[in-house]
Amino acid sequence: MTEEDSSAKMSEDVERYLKLNPPCSSSSSSSAVAFANKSGTFKSSSPPCPEHVLENVLESVLQFLTSRCDRNAVSLVCKSWYRVEAQTRFEVFIGNCYSLSPARLTHRFKGLRSIVLKGKPRFADFNLMPPNWGAQFAPWVVATAKAYPWLEKVHLKRMFVTDDDLALLADSFPGFKELTLVCCEGFGTSGIAVVANKCRQLKVLDLVESEVTDDEVDWISCFPEGESPLESLSFDCVESPINFNALEGLVVRSPFLKKLRTNRFVSLEELHRLMVRAPQLTSLGTGSFSPDNAPQGEQLPDYAAAFLACKSIVCLSGFREFRPEYLLAISPVCANLTSLNFSYANISPHMLNPIIRNCHNIRVFWALDSIRDEGLQAVAATCKELRELRIFPFDPREDSEGPVSGVGLQAISEGCRKLESILYFCQRMTNEAVTAMSENCPQLTVFRLCIMGRHRPDHVTGKPMDDGFGAIVKNCKKLTRLAVSGLLTDEAFSYIGEYGKLIRTLSVAFAGNSDKALRYVLEGCPKLQKLEIRDSPFGDAGLRSGMHRYCNMRFVWLSSCVLSLGGCRDVAQALPNVVVEVFGSDGDDDDDTVTGDYVETLYLYRSLDGPRKDAPKFVTIL
Amino acid sequence: MNLKETELCLGLPGGAESVESPAKSGVGNKRGFSETVDLKLNLQSNKQGPVDLNVNGSPKEKTFLKDPSKPPAKAQVVGWPPVRNYRKNVMANQKSGEAEEAMSSGGGTVAFVKVSMDGAPYLRKVDLKMYKSYKDLSDALAKMFSSFTMGSYGAQGMIDFMNESKVMDLLNSSEYVPSYEDKDGDWMLVGDVPWPMFVESCKRLRIMKGSEAIGLGTFSFLFVSLSGSFFFPIMFLLLFHPIGFQLQERWRSSRTDHEQIKKQGQYALIFFFLVLL
Repeated sequence: MTEEDSSAKMSEDVERYLKLNPPCSSSSSSSAVAFANKSGTFKSSSPPCPEHVLENVLESVLQFLTSRCDRNAVSLVCKSWYRVEAQTRFEVFIGNCYSLSPARLTHRFKGLRSIVLKGKPRFADFNLMPPNWGAQFAPWVVATAKAYPWLEKVHLKRMFVTDDDLALLADSFPGFKELTLVCCEGFGTSGIAVVANKCRQLKVLDLVESEVTDDEVDWISCFPEGESPLESLSFDCVESPINFNALEGLVVRSPFLKKLRTNRFVSLEELHRLMVRAPQLTSLGTGSFSPDNAPQGEQLPDYAAAFLACKSIVCLSGFREFRPEYLLAISPVCANLTSLNFSYANISPHMLNPIIRNCHNIRVFWALDSIRDEGLQAVAATCKELRELRIFPFDPREDSEGPVSGVGLQAISEGCRKLESILYFCQRMTNEAVTAMSENCPQLTVFRLCIMGRHRPDHVTGKPMDDGFGAIVKNCKKLTRLAVSGLLTDEAFSYIGEYGKLIRTLSVAFAGNSDKALRYVLEGCPKLQKLEIRDSPFGDAGLRSGMHRYCNMRFVWLSSCVLSLGGCRDVAQALPNVVVEVFGSDGDDDDDTVTGDYVETLYLYRSLDGPRKDAPKFVTIL
Repeated sequence: MNLKETELCLGLPGGAESVESPAKSGVGNKRGFSETVDLKLNLQSNKQGPVDLNVNGSPKEKTFLKDPSKPPAKAQVVGWPPVRNYRKNVMANQKSGEAEEAMSSGGGTVAFVKVSMDGAPYLRKVDLKMYKSYKDLSDALAKMFSSFTMGSYGAQGMIDFMNESKVMDLLNSSEYVPSYEDKDGDWMLVGDVPWPMFVESCKRLRIMKGSEAIGLGTFSFLFVSLSGSFFFPIMFLLLFHPIGFQLQERWRSSRTDHEQIKKQGQYALIFFFLVLL
């Protein structure tokens, strides 16, 4: 039977059925209904339901729907749509691993191929959370190993992953293709070795800013012999030497390799050899970028030629121990570069100038503040396509010298009008410069300014930084992420509450005067999902003002504020779907986890499955 | 090849042997990165890593909350500025690397040198200031390189775990010889000079096969053992010394040409005998 015939038959049957029965609320699983059968045979024993027709159609349509927001919306229409959506969802994103249990995931979704899991909140990166807090990958890998043997992709951020977890992953998923571990810990090179060895279809192995223990295992040699399907290999965070010959051999037999990020144990000579073997690379992490031996004179490899040969390179990073005299070797690729990461290289403006002059197409630029305001001016002059800028501090202390300031920020705002995202560490700032940026860069979606001196006012006028940040929220109408710093009063927060209607993530430190500030934000920002606050004078009243919001947020973090146990308990009791965790910054306290009434850290998040069972002793769940 | 040894295992290689580390982090047997970097290097008083949180009782700055408008005392606060530990560690490591190059005299707190071993697939780095004597250094090197077979590294990179004492014997015997490059770029035998002087002048270490070490100044000692007399070595050194320098220079320029050096040494020896006679 052709498709036309079968669909015609189906519509006849639908009409006939509808005359006899009103539309039913389908409770049986759609698979049991033969009506949806493509061959068109109609079994009179199981009455057809129009919903099941729709389900079939819906299935075909939903395949094309990939955005998770859209899928979430689809799943809320009715139970039937919920079911079909669950069957056709292949990628799931879990922003907080404790918001649901693995069992719930495997119960709802039956056909997952890709999982993105995020664990600890961001402030854990700054030692504000004691170790062993949680976010273990183990229960997830156990559950998914049983439920989704066809799983292809796992992407984890801030999770605790052990070597055993990696071994189980490698054993359980024969078709496994992509493993990305960002800011993870708990595993070592032995776990990586197992993944490399057993996942024969591995295309992506990306270790990004993770802590990888050196188990002294030569994991590079563990990739199987023969042609490799590898497309991306990033190990720049692995702080242990690697077997270079094995790496070279691997690169030679990986014709699809596009992204290679080596660690600092790969010298310039070795990098040269790799580049010669893989001219098809598009993204290169250059390792140490310094030669192994003192230059011999005559037989220096021609590094510039190697870069010239790699015509496709658009993304460069690394430069972990770079030598300035070799920096110009990257010149041949500068014109094509869209992304340049110098953020581990102590580059002066003088060194930056000849490079950046040619980088007309750069969209993403990360650097240290060693490039100074002059360097930023050079960037502003050339990089008209810049979308994302990150300036990190070379000397991350409060009272260090400040080589970048409002001058650089203003220059960037004037030169790079298409800027969308900025992270800027500095020692001092002016309201004028921040306001200028708000006016010149209307496309900003991410504005993160870190004035490293706590409570520092505008260094020219002496006033708080309220006006600057106020201008940002007012003028940047697309702003979704904001991080504030410097001397800020409640007024700044009133601006945020009034104008920050699209803000999803807000980071606050050492700011505000009273609970009013917190109230402004919680009452004013309807899209707020992630709120992280430290060392600010916010108390129980402020916390209470957000009760209506917490069920719709991913998490709220308040540390070193003025919260009391009673206030936190009130929230916990009022909101049963929200888990309220309270702990101190030391992991030591076994008995007196909360000394007296003072709450050191409050971390609350919504959860479908109640409080977690794996909380360590120092965490109290209210 | 022993199948057991080719089996991938998840524990640390060598079974019970564990590289000595300043403190064990509480997280399984994972060694925090901060432990592999000399803790003295930490230029900020903000210590990172799980170990340090327990050790460092950083002031929690509770007093300031009462009066937030006044900037508090400039004590270092945990986690501020908000730079990730990973990045902080990398920068600290780099700064120590720069310190190592900038400081020529032993005023620095660290003395990292690269160590390569003939036949091993990759280099290691050691901080000479961590050791007090040649014996300490030798033990550490033995531990470091005990995971490599001497000379044969299988195609699959399977590691043959060697007995530590065997390695030390080898290092101490004439089969493997530790040599170092000094400030002037000359390659010398380890053990020639007093330890503090060695720490200051050593720029990198190489553990080479004994056969390649001939001509480094070993030759004089071999001759000593052959002749078995005390007078000859003194005379020999006096005469050999300038030639020794010449040899070393030649060795530097054509590093692999050990045969040539051997011949040069032989000619020098003949000359010496003639002079004596």
